[in-house]
Order: sequence, then structure tokens, then C-alpha cells
Amino acid sequence: MKFWRKRGKALALLTVLTFVFGVFAAGCGDNAAENGDTIKIGVNYELSGPVATYGTSCKNGIMLAFEEINKDGGVLGKDIEGLVQDNKSQNREARNIAEKLVSQGVVAVIGPATTGNVRAAEPVLSKAKITLLATAATAPEVTYNEKTKKVRDYVFRVCIIDPDQSQVMSNYIFDELKLKNGAIIVDKDNDYSVGLGRTFKEFFTAKGGKIVAEEGFVPTDTAFKPQLTSIASKKPDFIYIPAYYNQVGLIIKQARELGIDLPIMGADGWDSPKLVSLAGEGNLSQCYFTNHYSIEDPAEHIQNFINAYKEKHDTTPDAFAALGYDAGYLMAEAIKQAGSADPQKIQDALLNIKDFEGVTGKLSYDEKHNPIKEVSIIEMVDGKQKLIKKMQPEH
Amino acid sequence: MLKKYFPSILACLALAVLFTIVQVGISGGLLSGYWITNIYLMGINIILASSLNLINGFTGEFSLGHAGFMAVGAFTGAIVTANLGLPFPLAIIAGMLAAAIAGVIVGLPTLRLRGDYLAIATLGFGEIVRVVLMNIDYVGGASGMMGIPEVVNWPIIFISVVLSLLLIRNFIGSSHGRACLAVRENDLAAQMMGVNITYYKVLAFVIGAALAGLAGVLYAHYYSIIQPKEFSFMLTFDVLVMVMVGGLGSLTGSVVGAVLLTTASAFLQAIPELRMVLYALLLIVSAVFRPQGLLGEKEITLRTFERWGGVLYAALNRKQTE
Amino acid sequence: MQDLLQQLLNGLSQGSIYALIAVGYTMIYGIIQLINFAHGDVIMVGAYVALGAVLMGFGFIPSLLIAMLVCAVLGVLIERVAYRRVRPVSRLAALTSAIGVSLFLEYTMMYFLGADIRTFPPGVLAERTYSLGGVMITNKDLLVLGTTVILVVVLQYIIFRTRTGKAMRAVSFDGQAAQLMGVNVNNTVAITFFIGSAMAAAAGMLYGIYFNSVQPLMGLMPGLKAFIAAVLGGIGSIPGAMLGGILLGMTESLVAGFGGSMYRDAVAFIILILILLIKPTGLLGKGVQEKV
Repeated sequence: MKFWRKRGKALALLTVLTFVFGVFAAGCGDNAAENGDTIKIGVNYELSGPVATYGTSCKNGIMLAFEEINKDGGVLGKDIEGLVQDNKSQNREARNIAEKLVSQGVVAVIGPATTGNVRAAEPVLSKAKITLLATAATAPEVTYNEKTKKVRDYVFRVCIIDPDQSQVMSNYIFDELKLKNGAIIVDKDNDYSVGLGRTFKEFFTAKGGKIVAEEGFVPTDTAFKPQLTSIASKKPDFIYIPAYYNQVGLIIKQARELGIDLPIMGADGWDSPKLVSLAGEGNLSQCYFTNHYSIEDPAEHIQNFINAYKEKHDTTPDAFAALGYDAGYLMAEAIKQAGSADPQKIQDALLNIKDFEGVTGKLSYDEKHNPIKEVSIIEMVDGKQKLIKKMQPEH
Repeated sequence: MLKKYFPSILACLALAVLFTIVQVGISGGLLSGYWITNIYLMGINIILASSLNLINGFTGEFSLGHAGFMAVGAFTGAIVTANLGLPFPLAIIAGMLAAAIAGVIVGLPTLRLRGDYLAIATLGFGEIVRVVLMNIDYVGGASGMMGIPEVVNWPIIFISVVLSLLLIRNFIGSSHGRACLAVRENDLAAQMMGVNITYYKVLAFVIGAALAGLAGVLYAHYYSIIQPKEFSFMLTFDVLVMVMVGGLGSLTGSVVGAVLLTTASAFLQAIPELRMVLYALLLIVSAVFRPQGLLGEKEITLRTFERWGGVLYAALNRKQTE
Repeated sequence: MQDLLQQLLNGLSQGSIYALIAVGYTMIYGIIQLINFAHGDVIMVGAYVALGAVLMGFGFIPSLLIAMLVCAVLGVLIERVAYRRVRPVSRLAALTSAIGVSLFLEYTMMYFLGADIRTFPPGVLAERTYSLGGVMITNKDLLVLGTTVILVVVLQYIIFRTRTGKAMRAVSFDGQAAQLMGVNVNNTVAITFFIGSAMAAAAGMLYGIYFNSVQPLMGLMPGLKAFIAAVLGGIGSIPGAMLGGILLGMTESLVAGFGGSMYRDAVAFIILILILLIKPTGLLGKGVQEKV
């Protein structure tokens, strides 16, 4: 007791000092990034918080691209410098970071990853007339303001949008698998998941299919058997789960434990080696998802990317890493075509990008700054990915 | 005569100077957008911390529902301006009112619970608010609301902070406030003395909730986008750290805590996990070694400066006479 | 009908997990009247330690024992550092400290091991599924339920048949009086934390295996739910915790299974508020007068 009373104050003081020291150390670290002759590009990502895994993958892809570009002599004779900042998966931080990057003099910003965070950061960058290149924000609203019917001039993205994915999947299920009755499970706390679920239902019912059950969950849920039991009683032909692998893995496992051996479908959020360890290899059959690319694709530039990424990060890249990698190269390409690192010229150059050959497909922009790209359909067979086909969404 | 009003005049003067300095900094382009954002955030945090302190510090309850009240305020305010197209002042009134009503609904049944049960119950309330918002399509479901007019500027933040602090201070100083303190110190004794404890607990709780609602309205109209997932328990936790570091039961402490931790958070931005570890340590250390916080129940008032001035004056005098 | 049975079974297995956590929770609350906010995070640490042990090549039982030992020590440490000094001073400060410990464990873990979800390697427990007239049950369900029952019996024995248990009951009844009667209160509290945290580790490992996922924030929600279960069953009562856990699990399962999947957490919190207002002593708790 006495020990604590005596040492208490010292310990309290020590903590406070550590805290102050931490603050200073972090503060000083920031300034180190301020040096001369490079092209500064902001990298505003979710490196901590609930969606940290996706943000981190994107960032790794981007930085790998920058590294390779700089090794090959950079662009316009200068190195690209990625100013990496963590937005903690929070809207307000995403915006704060955008402010910070603008004040650090970046010529363009890549990221954030998720729709909500991009929308939070966007007003700052639009005001500063600096381009935001989103990697994985798939909601149509990101580049196009539905209310005012105006394109957001300074926002571009490298990923396909929600309706493209759900349209391709609903066509595939209805036309080729010939399944008519579906059930949907979405992550209600995630606009990406809710958006995909909604558009899938629209496309699927428009084709003449039927959605017989709709269920939701929140990200802290781990027990999905109640929802699955209820779904099974409605006798659907398949279950569509457009959510992230963290939950999807558990849902598939629990579905198989309940004896539900229906086909299960999903979207790009599935793409992670973790899905296999979460669901169990044996349970991952009769599962299909749409994605931006496939690691099975034999094309040389894709395999080169996969090997380079594996070497650096010791794991196969997921779709987020691939999108980040493409975003890095696309940005460099835009700067090259602009012939200058002027923010306005970069925006002009991006508008005119034609058939940019990325890992995730050939990319050109439509009038709403959305890439026109093919969507890959991947089947899981005993936990192994198998590329079934690539389909062009109808616009 | 002049002497009586002197402190108030001095306080007003000091506030005017503070206001002008920041305003000049903003309009003169001396402050970067990043720091302007952080100054606004500081203001919002001051309102949140002082209002949580009113509940946790002054009445001795333990609420963990602040994020929930903030969400109620934010979404109500956003509906008023973004969906109904009504002016911003109405949003403030509606947001505070809605949060206050939520406060009554939560407060009436739960405030009869003992402190730690109340903590879990209010925590649950916050989660329920989030889930309900997620399921209302009118407010955008999980994607939340966007395109909320960005009307919040420095004068609005400044006035809101000053008025909130005045409201809390005057409430504490009033007979109502003293009744609350009596409830905190010993609710049984207070009841014996004829204090209607439920009334005072709910009253303080509702004022705290309404101010959290105000913070929510400001937040929504600064960031222009709000999503249910932002108003999670972690937000309440951040505010709780500010209150604890500043001192349970010290209003100026809450201000200092909010300013200190918002600044620290901005600097620690690069190492967020470590930030949370440090925050958690701060919370443990302040709870264990200084349960009364950095300032305890002490307030920094003009009299503090007078006293320091007096001590200094006396010391100088002594030197001279020696 | 078959669906209803399946839902009740889903609820039973979810509930036995709550019960498993609630047993340790209720013990600790019973003795110091402090919501050990960090209990859920001790579960998380237990799951990580067990995972580490499994990855190092230990079998199921040795890993379980290692996790229990590490967490028992951790629990005693938490009590010593974060609670002991502050408990007598102010309940709210103690609760604040508990919240601090909870976040400290979560984010320290995240800082060192990352936020990534981790999984137990397949084969720690050979998984089997049985069909009983169309109702599906796995051997994991049986394992969790069995472990909970065994723990309840063991704890009941410790509390009602041993000297240590007698001391625990004395301290929980009236700490000061117990001290005057020669009970070493601090030691008794430490032993309670030791046992309670070991239980938490066991729960953590089973939870990690049952859901096949381990991550830094995994303990938060189950911890809160277990607390609700403990209150529902009557705080301080071991069989009560078990009953409360299973009732809560079944209620949640029925709510989620019949259209209310979004509101199952909400329902749990509403149950908490209702039980506190209507019968604060819980289903199996003893009536205790608030001391003046």
C-alpha cells in the first residue's frame, strides 16, 4: 500500500512525461517528410480502426507501385514521394488528413479506401482543386452527386462501382447457373454492403428472379446461425452475401455446419487469403464472387505484380492491394501525360486516360469518372480460387 | 461599483481577445486548414467534455451514453437543414430538444440504477441509437447523411462554447446545482433534507444530453457528412478521458482536458494505436492516483490569478523591504 | 417446429458461451461489486495465448492450461495495479480505471499483433456435425456446454465447500466485518481474480475455437453480454450466471431468427434495464439491502 502511495506520484508523472514525449516524437517525425525535389502525392488511408486491413492493403499496393516507378527513374525526372497518413477509419480524420495533406503541398491524393471516408475527404480537396483518386470506394455517389446531378470534378476511382458488380453477379446467377430464388445477407453497418445488396435485388428481380429472404447483421456479430436457420426455412436456391471476408468466412462456416449446402455468392470484399482460414477449406465450395482481378490470371504483368507483392509482404495480394497498385501507376501515368505536376493538369490528364493497362483490367473513364472495366467472376473450389470468366457490365 | 463588475469585464475582454486572435488567424490565412479543423474540433470537444462532466462529475452518475446523445442531435439537426431545408438556428434548437427528450427517456428509468449499472445501461443506449439509425432509410441507413450545409464557422463555435460553459456554470452555482452536488456527496442524506433526487439527477442528465446534442449539430454542420458508425462507444471514451484528465467536477478542468487531448490527438495522429494505449494509461493513472483528475475540483477563475498575483506581489514586497 | 428447435439449440450454444464468460464475471462482481470491464479483454488475451500455444505445437489441453495460467496471473496483476488502491476511494474512479484497463489490453494487443483476425489451425479440435432428426448440432456445441456445466459444479464446490470459498463469501457479504474476523481480504480478492481470470481464459480459447476467429476487440461485446447474463441470473450467483447466460442466448437467438437480427443487441440491453428495474437481485440472486 505504502509502496503505491510513494511511487504513485512518480508513476503518474512518468506517464504524463511519456505522453508528452510521444506527442513530440510524433510531431517531429512529421516534419522529416518535408524535403525538396520530389512529386508529393498524399496517401490517405485506413491504417487503423475497423477497416484497417483494407486500407493497409491499398497503401501497400500504392507504395509498391511508387517504389517500382522510382526505381525506373520516376516521372518527369523526379521521384514520387507518397505522404502516408492514417485516417483511423474515421470520417472526421479522413477530412483532417485531407486538410493536412493540402497544407503539405501535395499535387494529388490517393485514398481513402471506403466510401464514407472518401466522401468526408472530398469537399476539402475539391475546394483546393486537388484530385482525389479513390481505390476501393464503390458507391456511385462518390464521383457523382445524385442530388445536384453533377459530377464531382476532382474525384476519380480505379475500382468498378457497386451496380457493375451486382449486375454481373445477378446475370451470372440467373442466366448461367439458372437459379431463381435468392436470399440476401448484408452488413447493415456498412454502406458498401447495403448498397450492393440493394442493387443486386433490383437487378435480380428485374430479370424475373425472386428474393425470398433478407437478413442483416452488425460487424460485432459472430453468431449467424439464427439468421441462417431462418433463411433455410424459406428454401432459397442461393445466398448472396456482399460483405467483408471477416464475417463472410464465419457465415459460410456456420451455414455448412447447419447443413446448408446452397451456393453462396458475394463480391470483392471476399478476396483475402483469410477467407479460407476463417471458413475452412472444405466449406468453400459452391461459392462464387465478383472481383476486380484474379490471382489465377496468367497475364505476365499480373503475375509480376503478385510475385513482387509476395516478396515484399509475404502474402498474396488481395483486390485492395491490386487496386492500390493500379492507382499508383495510374497517377504516375497521368502526371507523365500532363507533362507537369500541376494539380489542375493532372486532373485534365486523368479525364483523358484511355485504355490504361492495369492489373485490374483496362481502364478508361466514362462521363461520371467511373472506370469502364471488366468484372471477373471467381469460383471457390475447396478453398482455391478459379477464374470462371470476365464479363463486361452493361451501362 | 467598478470593482464589482471588474472581473466580468476582464473576462469578457479576455474572451474578445481570444476570439479576435483566432478569427484573424483564420481570415488572414495564418492558420492552415488542418489547424482550423482542430480548433473547431476543440470547441466541440469542450462542449462534450463539460456536459459529460456535468453528469459524471457534478451529479456523480456515470453515463457512457454521450455518443448516443450526440448522434441524436447530429441526425435531428441534419434532417432539419438537409432534408427539410430549414435554417441552421432551427437545427440547433431541434437537435438540442431531441437530445434532451432522449435524455428524459433514458434518464427516467435508468437513473434509479446505481452508478455502475447506469454505465452499462447508457452504453447500451448508445448502441441502440446506432442500430436504430442504421435501419432508418430516411437518414440514409449505414451510409448516413451527406450534403449537410457546411455553415459552422468560428463565431458559431465560439458562441456555442461560451454559452454552454455559462449555462453549466450558472446551473452548478444555482440552488439546483447545489442540490445536484448534495446528491453526489450522499444521495440518502440529500433525500432526507428534502431534495427530490430523481428530479435533480434527471435534470442534470437532460442538460448534459442537450449539450451533447448541440455538439452533434455543430459536428454535422461542419463535416457535412455523418454516419451512424461514427458515434460509437470510442467517441464517448475519448470524451471520458478528457473529463478524467481535467478532473471530475471541475469545469475549467474539462476545458483544459479537451484542449490538451485534442492537441495531443492531432500530434499523435501518426501513431493511432499507441495513442489509444497512451489514452488508456492516462485513464488508469488518473483514476488510480488522482481520482479527482489533474485539477481535481479546483477551478481556474479570476480569483486564482488574483491570488497568484497577490502572492507574487507579497513576495516582491518582501524582497524590497529586505 | 423443426426450425424452432434449431433456433432454441442455436440459442443454447450461444447461451452456454455467455454462461461460460458470465461465471467468471459474476464471481468477481460478487466479491468487489465492481464491473470488471476488462473481463472481456482477459478473454481476448486468453484466446491469443492459447492460439500462440497451439501454433507452437502444444495440444488442446496443454494450450488451455497455459492460457488459464497466464490469464490468472494477468487478472491478479490487473486487480493489484488498477483496482486495489482505488476501490475503497470511489466506485466511479474504479470503473473508470476498469475501462482504462480494458482499452489498454485491446490496443496494446493491436499495437503488437495488428488488428487482423486470426484463426486456430484446423485440427485443434476435429469438428463433427450430428443431425438429430434434422436439427444440427456440432461437437463444439457439446464441448462448450459441457465445459460450462463442469465449471459451474467446480466453482460451486470451491465456494461452498472450501475454506477459501468461505472467505470469499464472507468478503462479499461484508468486507470490513470479514477483515475484523481475521480474513485476509486482499488475498481473498486476489484469489477470486485468479480463478475468475483463469475461467475467462478457458472461455476465450473455446470462444476462439467455436467461432474460429481471434482478434483484439473480440472480448468487448461478449463481455457486456456476459455481464447482462450475470445480472439476469442474479449477480454473485454461479448457477444464476449459467441460467442467465442460456436464457439470454435463447432470447437473442429467437429475436434474430424471427426477423429482428438487427435488434438482438438492443434486446439484450433492454433486458438488462428491465431486470434492474423490476428485480434487481436477478432470477437466482439473494436479496441484499443497500447498506446505509
